[in-house]
Amino acid sequence: MSTTTITTSAAADQAGQAPAPAKARGRGGRGLAGTLTSHGLLVLASLIALFPIVWLVFLSLGPDKDDYLHPGRIWSTMTLDNYSFVLQETNFFDWLKSTLIVSLGTTVIGVMIAATTGYAVSRMRFPGYKKFMWVLLCTQMFPIAVLIVPMYQILSELQLIDTYLGLILVYCSTAVPYCAWLLKGYFDTIPFEIDEAGRVDGLSPFGTFFRLILPLARPGLAVAAFYSFITAFGEVAFATTFLLDDEKYTFAVGLQSFVSEHDAQRNLMAATAVLIAIPVSAFFYLVQKNLVTGLTAGGTKG
Amino acid sequence: MTVAIDRATGKRSGDRDPRPGLGRRFKNSYQRYWYAYAMIAPVILVLGALVLYPLAYGFYLTLTDADSLNSARTIGVNEIEATYKFIGFDNYADILWGETAYDRFWSHFIWTVFWTAACVALHYSLGLGLALLLNQKLRGRTFYRLILILPWAVPTFTTVFGWRFMLADSGLINSGLDFLGLPTPAWLEDTFWQRFAAIMVNTWCGVPFMMLSLLGGLQSIDSTLYEAAEMDGASRWQQFRYVTLPGLRTVSSTVILLGVIWTFNQFAIIFLLFGNTAPEAQILVTWAYQLGFGQQPREFAESAAYGILLLGVLIVFTSFYRRWLNRDEQAAI
Repeated sequence: MSTTTITTSAAADQAGQAPAPAKARGRGGRGLAGTLTSHGLLVLASLIALFPIVWLVFLSLGPDKDDYLHPGRIWSTMTLDNYSFVLQETNFFDWLKSTLIVSLGTTVIGVMIAATTGYAVSRMRFPGYKKFMWVLLCTQMFPIAVLIVPMYQILSELQLIDTYLGLILVYCSTAVPYCAWLLKGYFDTIPFEIDEAGRVDGLSPFGTFFRLILPLARPGLAVAAFYSFITAFGEVAFATTFLLDDEKYTFAVGLQSFVSEHDAQRNLMAATAVLIAIPVSAFFYLVQKNLVTGLTAGGTKG
Repeated sequence: MTVAIDRATGKRSGDRDPRPGLGRRFKNSYQRYWYAYAMIAPVILVLGALVLYPLAYGFYLTLTDADSLNSARTIGVNEIEATYKFIGFDNYADILWGETAYDRFWSHFIWTVFWTAACVALHYSLGLGLALLLNQKLRGRTFYRLILILPWAVPTFTTVFGWRFMLADSGLINSGLDFLGLPTPAWLEDTFWQRFAAIMVNTWCGVPFMMLSLLGGLQSIDSTLYEAAEMDGASRWQQFRYVTLPGLRTVSSTVILLGVIWTFNQFAIIFLLFGNTAPEAQILVTWAYQLGFGQQPREFAESAAYGILLLGVLIVFTSFYRRWLNRDEQAAI
């Protein structure tokens, strides 16, 4: 699916330069009213998309935990105290550390395994190919409810509950199949002539893969890495269940700990949420841009 | 055998010499494909250890009466052996036909089906609408696109809390409704409104993905088709119906399938929006989680049985869906 997404953005840029379909339809005559309606609808949609996030940022500036009920008060008492409190008094940096260990671990291991697999299924029609693809697809359908109980039991037998490694392994089980699919799609777009050229120049299949294909596939690898990172970063169920020590919490678990049955420190929670969301979304947009340029350049030109 | 080109070596398996014997063929196949197998070996190991083994083990658990009281566990220095026993398919029978099966399973099942259908329909129609809007030549199109993918860019587990504050009893949404003189539902307490809120939040989170995928699909439609349609005097609606929709077919079938799978398995939104407070608004996935981990004693076997049932539903759906897609031999995936 993300393959479609990428092509999307790539195509979007191309269309920006050569607005062919729009022009074709523009001839049909889209009046001023049509343009205004489009803008109106898009502005409305953008506001809806934006508002909950803006609201979260706004609430994070209010000093009291019940300010969300009286947002008007925030204007006069606006402060950054929540942020300094979160950074100084809570486990924020421990959470950051565990989140990064888990997400980056998943990304590195997941992409490495997925890249070799993706290449194998893209280039070689070995026996059992179709069944293998079907298995990869099926793992996408696993509800967490199917795996969480046996995983819990197995990990506790292996003493891997409450460890980063255990969580990384669990995340790999969902990230790897998907990334393999995605990378297969990307490898398919790299012409075989490149492989053949490598073979003619005397590279082994592994050499072809490591020296020629991987460098060309960088944008695809970036998407896969990004996907694994985001999945691991935002996963809630496994992290909530498998992490016990509050210093090892990932953000997804830590954020919940602000709301307990007895108390809800909503202002701190909002501040933490903003602190988490800003770098991630910035990263998202950054990567998205690179993906577009990487993809439009891609293929034989590279 | 059809002609399959081994693209790494450029050999055609179709134009080989007279068919060699079985032993030779194995050897050939090994020689030809050993690196392919070497490359998939890690993933097969990982999938076997992390997916298939837990799956098999989970299935075994559903045939027992395991819960947190009789499973193997370590308390301090004491190791307690597992004492659960094999009970066959009783768990499934109990879930599907047991005494309170309607409250425990079927009501959640119906709600899950409704939730999936409603969410995917909303995702798709809103996503398509926005994609069509963004596909025009408009000033600030890139800007709109960047804003509109924001719900996807920001991690769900943070935005859900933003929604939770907005939906709270006298939170922003109710204040707004009150100001307009409209009724103010108890979004997070009343079952109907809980469900409504869950669908609303999930729609908000899921539209950007559909929008981007469909926008990609729209831009890959050949513009000459529209010109031809215009020549033939097709109206806007006819162009949409006979050019746009068929052109989106491949993308649509994929994203709808993914949407159904993801929505059916959607955990984070309902879990974070309601926690333990809304038994009626739990879809099957979160309900199974509650049984397994959200209560004492933890009903491992029952939870795992729900999981297997869910997987069954999804596999049945997917195979029917694929068959339906392939009805005129147009393979989508």
